[in-house]
Formats: sequence, C-alpha cells, structure tokens
Amino acid sequence: MTQKIRCAGFGGQGIVLMGRLIAHSGMEEGRHTTFFPQYGAAMRGGTANCSVIVSDGEIASPMVETPDAVLIMNGPSLDKFEPTVKSGGWIFYNTSLISREVERDDVNVVKVPANEIAEDAGTGKAANMVMLGAFAAKLGTVGVETLSKALDKQLHGKSDEIMNVNREALKRGADLVKEPAST
Amino acid sequence: MSEKVPIGEKVLMKGNEAIGEAAVQAGCMGYFGYPITPQNELTAYMSKRMVEEGRTFIQSESEIAAINMCFGAATVGQRCMTSSSSPGISLKQEGVSYMASAELPVFYVNVNRGGPGLGNISPAQSDYFQATRGGGHGDYRVIAFGPSNLQELYDYTMLGFDLADKYRNPAMILADGILGQMMEPVTLKPYSPIPDLPSKQPWRLGDPSTSEPLLVTSLILQVSGMEERNYRLFEKYEKIAENETRWDEYKTDDAEIVIVSYGTAARISRNVIDRAREEEGIKVGLFRPITIWPYPTQPLRALAERVKSFLVVEMSLGQMWEDVRLAVEGRAPVHLHGRTAGGIPEEDEVIEQLKQALEYKGDAYLRNF
Amino acid sequence: MEQVFAKPEAMKEDKTLYCPGCGHGTTHRLVAELVDEFGIRDRTIGIAPVGCSVFADLYWNFDVVSAAHGRAPAVATGMSRTNPDCFVISYQGDGDLAAIGTAEMVHAANRGENFVTIFVNNAIYGMTGGQMAPTTLIGQPSTTCQLGRDPSIAGYPIRVCELLQTLGGVAYLARTAVDSPKHVIQTKKHMKKAFQLALDKRGYTLVEVLSPCPTNWGMQPMDAMKWLRENMLPYYQLGVFRDVTEECEGGN
Repeated sequence: MTQKIRCAGFGGQGIVLMGRLIAHSGMEEGRHTTFFPQYGAAMRGGTANCSVIVSDGEIASPMVETPDAVLIMNGPSLDKFEPTVKSGGWIFYNTSLISREVERDDVNVVKVPANEIAEDAGTGKAANMVMLGAFAAKLGTVGVETLSKALDKQLHGKSDEIMNVNREALKRGADLVKEPAST
Repeated sequence: MSEKVPIGEKVLMKGNEAIGEAAVQAGCMGYFGYPITPQNELTAYMSKRMVEEGRTFIQSESEIAAINMCFGAATVGQRCMTSSSSPGISLKQEGVSYMASAELPVFYVNVNRGGPGLGNISPAQSDYFQATRGGGHGDYRVIAFGPSNLQELYDYTMLGFDLADKYRNPAMILADGILGQMMEPVTLKPYSPIPDLPSKQPWRLGDPSTSEPLLVTSLILQVSGMEERNYRLFEKYEKIAENETRWDEYKTDDAEIVIVSYGTAARISRNVIDRAREEEGIKVGLFRPITIWPYPTQPLRALAERVKSFLVVEMSLGQMWEDVRLAVEGRAPVHLHGRTAGGIPEEDEVIEQLKQALEYKGDAYLRNF
Repeated sequence: MEQVFAKPEAMKEDKTLYCPGCGHGTTHRLVAELVDEFGIRDRTIGIAPVGCSVFADLYWNFDVVSAAHGRAPAVATGMSRTNPDCFVISYQGDGDLAAIGTAEMVHAANRGENFVTIFVNNAIYGMTGGQMAPTTLIGQPSTTCQLGRDPSIAGYPIRVCELLQTLGGVAYLARTAVDSPKHVIQTKKHMKKAFQLALDKRGYTLVEVLSPCPTNWGMQPMDAMKWLRENMLPYYQLGVFRDVTEECEGGN
C-alpha cells in the first residue's frame, strides 16, 4: 500500500513539521517514507506545503501530484489543492479558518475545527497537531501513538509545557473522528 | 563524533544533510561554500557540524574562492570539500581543472538545478556533460557518482573522499534538487576507509618532515612535459575506469527492452518497470549507472547483445543518451525520454513511450517531445 | 675571514631570470632572508601567482604552490585555516591582486586570515606583455592604453592599502618601494613586522612593494628607478596604513 499525502497552509502554521512527523512515524513503523518540502517565495505568511509518501515498497519520486489525502490548514490551500485530490481520496480541512464547503462530491471530507480545538487544549499554535491527530485516527496511515513519539524526536529540546500541549492537541484531534476507516 | 549524531542508527534526514554528515564522518577537515538553492541545507549543516568538531568552515565570498580554498587545504594534506548548484559549479570549474592537473584530491557536490543560465531551482540532471567530461578546461576527468537515494548520497560521499585520495583526483556527486531537499531514512554507517588508501600524502606541503622543497603546480610550459603528464593522467583514468565503475541492474534477466536511468530519474524508472510488467506485461528492466564517470560501458554493451532496444530516461535532453549510444554502438535502437528545466518524468508517460518503443520499426529513435 | 654576506638558505642557487632592473629579485630575496631569520623554512609555503613570479619555486628554497590567477588569498586561506602550523606567503602582482583577485584579497583581509601578502605593484602587467594594470597611473601608456591611461575609459589607479584600511580583519598594511637601498631596508623592516604579526596570528598583513618594470615601461633600469620615484611615489604614498600593535591611522 502506498499513501500520498499533501499538507498545506500558510508559513508559520507548522506545515513542514506535520509532514516530517508523518514521515518520521512511517520510518518508525518500518515503512518506506519520503518527505519533500515546497515553500513560497515568502517565508512567514507565504504559502507552504509539503509532500509525504508512506509505502510498503520503494518510493519513486517523493513529489506528490495527485494525493490520496490532503491536510489543508487555510483557505488558499483548499482552493489550490482541492482539485488535485485523487477521486475517492480524502480532504481534511481546517474549518476554524475556512468557511466554505468542499465542492467536489467524489472525495471524502473530514471537517476539523483545528484552531478552536487547539486553543481549548492550550494554544492555537497546536492546530497542526489537531489536524494530524484527526488524519491519523481516521486513515491509520501511521499510528497516533507513533506520531506522539515522533514529536519527542522532532521537537527535541522544547519545554515540557509545549510538548504536553502538542500531545494533548494530537489526542483531541484523534478523538474528534470516531473510528479509523478501513483503507 | 558529536554525541547528538546517532551513528549506526536509521534516521530521517534531508539529502543535503546526509551528504554533510557523511563528510564529517569521513574526516573532512575543511568545508568551503557559497549560498545557492537547492543545496543551502548542506552549507547550513556544515556551518554547525564542522564548528562542533573543531574543523574549518568558511562561507566564502564566491564559488571560485571556495574551490580555491579547497585547493589550499588539499595542498597541506587535509580532506576538504565544497558544494553548490549548477551556476556555482560552473564557477568552480576553474579550481577543479587546476586540482585535476596538480593531482590534488577534493570532493564536491552538485545539487543540480534547471538551466542553462540562472535557470530555476527545480531538480534537473542537465549538468551531466559537465560532470562526466571533466567540466572545466583541459584534458581531464573527474570521478562522478549519480546516486538515486539518500543512503547512496551518504555512502558515496564517504567513498568519494576515499577515491579522491586514492587516485589524487577530484571526485564528485551529481545530485539534484529532489535528492538534496527530500527526506528519507538513512542509516548513519560509521566511516570505514577503503583498504588501499595511500598511507602518506606525497603532495603535502608545509610539512617539516620533508627534506626537499616541494612544488605543487599545474603549469608546465614545455609541451613535452605537459604532454607526458597528460598521458600519465589518462593512464590513471583508465585505471579508475577498470576499478571503480559501478552500476545496478533490476529485472534485466528476461528483459526485451531496458530503461537506462540514474539518480532521481532511476527512482521513477524503477516504479515504471514494476508497473509496466504488471499492468502491460512488458518485459522491461532497468540499467542504472551509479558512477556516471567512469561510465559502465561494458556491461551495457553486453546487454545490447541480447535486448531489442533501450529507452534512456533522463532529466536532461539527450546527455546520458550519448553515453548509452556510445556503449551500444548501433547494436539496438536507443530511444530518449528527456525532461528538462525542472520537469520530472511521469510514470504514465514513460510507460506510454515504452509501448511505442516496442513497436518501433524505424532505424533512428523515438523521443518524447 | 668573517663572512658578511651570503645567499640565504631559503634561496636556491639558481640565478633569477628576471629582466635587468626588475624588482622581483630583490623582493624574493627579502622574503627569503626573513624566512631564514625567523627559522621557519621547513613549514613555509610560498604561493606563486600568475604573473612574472609564477616560477618563484625556481628561486625560493621552500615549498611553493602555483595558484590560479587572483586566487592566491583563497588558496592561502585553505592552507592556513586547515593547517595553522604552516606559514603561508601569498606573493601577488597588481593584476593578480587588484584586478582578477580583488574579491579574494578583500575578503581574506576582512576575515583576518593569518598569512602574509607581499603585493608587488609595478603598475603594469609584466608576463603577458605590458598591458594596463589596475594600478597603471593616469596618462601612463601600456599596450592596452597606448595613448596613456584615460580615467574616462579605464577608471583610476587603485590604492590598495587605502582600500583595505577600513577592514576589521587587517593587522598590518604598509607601502614601500625597492628603488633605493634606503627603501629596500625599509621594505625588509615592514615585511619583518608583517611576518611577526602573521606568526602571532594577529590577522591579515600586506606589504605593498612599488617595484620597477623597465622592460614593459620601455626604459633603461636606472631610468625606471627614476620614473618610479617621480611618478609612482607621489600617487602611492609610502608608509604604514595600519598596524594593530600601534593602532596607527592613515599614511605618513
């Protein structure tokens, strides 16, 4: 099985970290995995997106054209990537910042009020973790527990407080979706 | 060794960082570089790691200065490296030519981007000619690796340093923006030098233990002297070709048609082969040069004796295609699938061309554009 | 009988092949005398530039490397950084240092690299046959400014010491000449200071040596000395431009 994922949002939302966490978790679970970042011209406030692939076999190009799932954190990213999703694929999107509905009817949609849930958990900055939690719990591409462990490595050196908020946000995101889908 | 670097473990790394750590492990004592995308992560990584290790890191004023700093470091017997991307590698050719002539070891990396000119920052293989034909002025060759995953970037960086020392010749990696910037698990193997490294560096200057003054130069005004040196260099290149040619084959045993591809393009080709066999029933294999100079001419020629045709898949317009045709020498048609300027071959389009190639009856070749 | 004069150990036996009246021979010898006096011959590396002194290895009895045109400061940087035990002398001409190698020179100076630069300024390209140098004087003819250097076409002669004076990494800058015994003695004094500061790792040191090129100036040796005094000295003032041990300001 190969799953191609794109994470997208604006710079500063922790988009690259989302991708790295999925890739890292894939590695920890013994899968083949690649991560490829794409930045806009501006660093903060510009658009940011990355491609992640998790697979049982060797991965060809790490770039993703038609993702199986997209994790969308802001409006412009939904406009840009909604049309790219594979038919039958998944759109996870941040309803805290996106008011419109997904227009396509051939994809599965998961609405995640990521900023609101993150704020309840302690800080709106952890919205990316809420989104990740929802994605992992729904699709089972990588385990929520594995993500939580990967967080320790990727955010090595951050304070306990920050780590706890991120872990909590991840969990609440997972709680939002009831049960993993069989993919 | 830095405590923070988990040697022996499998870690998720960027390609540019994998090169950097391999260089540190291989005992690189001087890194000299100038910013250019898409290799900036390598310079950034070295700025931290080299300083941590108490070694020399300099952000130079230009690529020309960086390669000449390597020239200096090499003359005092220190392992050194530089890295850049296409336009910067063009600037470095001056120093590479001088070092090849003076027989000084250096290891350098080209994280190839789209060109010619300033081009763009997207992945490309368009510097193949430059890498495999020496690159600068004069009659010389450079050992050039074309790795296709991050583990190979790590492994061949270490080997690159060793071969540069062994043969007293520049050695390089031709990567691209994808390999440089992507992340993939890499096993951080501990450095283990090849067995036949020279124990002494006869070119080392400023060493109080040498009695007679030494001269390192690439200037020999007398034709006979320079010609003699170049013949000797050529003999060395023949020896390198004999000993150091590396390649990989995948499902070529029963293949009717063989894709020839290296680096990132070979990753895509490998998937194409699995899909084309499964979905289309095409008996296709992959021939993947790992050293692009020396080029694996002989094994490719051996394949040409038994396959119907070849398809070269490259992220440049017919550059490696020339080497394949030189190897095949008309034994079979050699078709070209070339993408350029940052374009990446797509699996479907390659499969489509494979189908056309199998039906091809002409005496020339097919190309995809 | 007491021997009062001998060839320095750091000079080889060969006679120099420089033109009669050229300043390179004298300057080479001063370098060699200092290498002997400091007792550093076994760890000294001279860099021969592209220019007339490209064959300096024929004369210096220590290790020599020939660098690409203008790149000596980068080569010297690579040597002295990765092996600080080496003592590196970057010997450069005006075209090498102040035209094609300007960037390398300025940045090595700014980083405070610990090698000595001996900058031979003879206001002309020697080896390639008398072309205009960045230090060619206004009105001075050359094969590439046959009617004399015209600043509206070719800009102005570069005063390297003054140019480098503001840079933080510079330890010592002096301009001197080899047109007379008095100036030769002064030149050695300045070089000695530069050697000492480089050995003490105090930063970038450069001694600019105004030197005659009778052949390419189209003069007899004695006339060339006179021309240097009358034309170069007024424009290129002699003196110390920076000395970290005295924090001296400006030329004198």
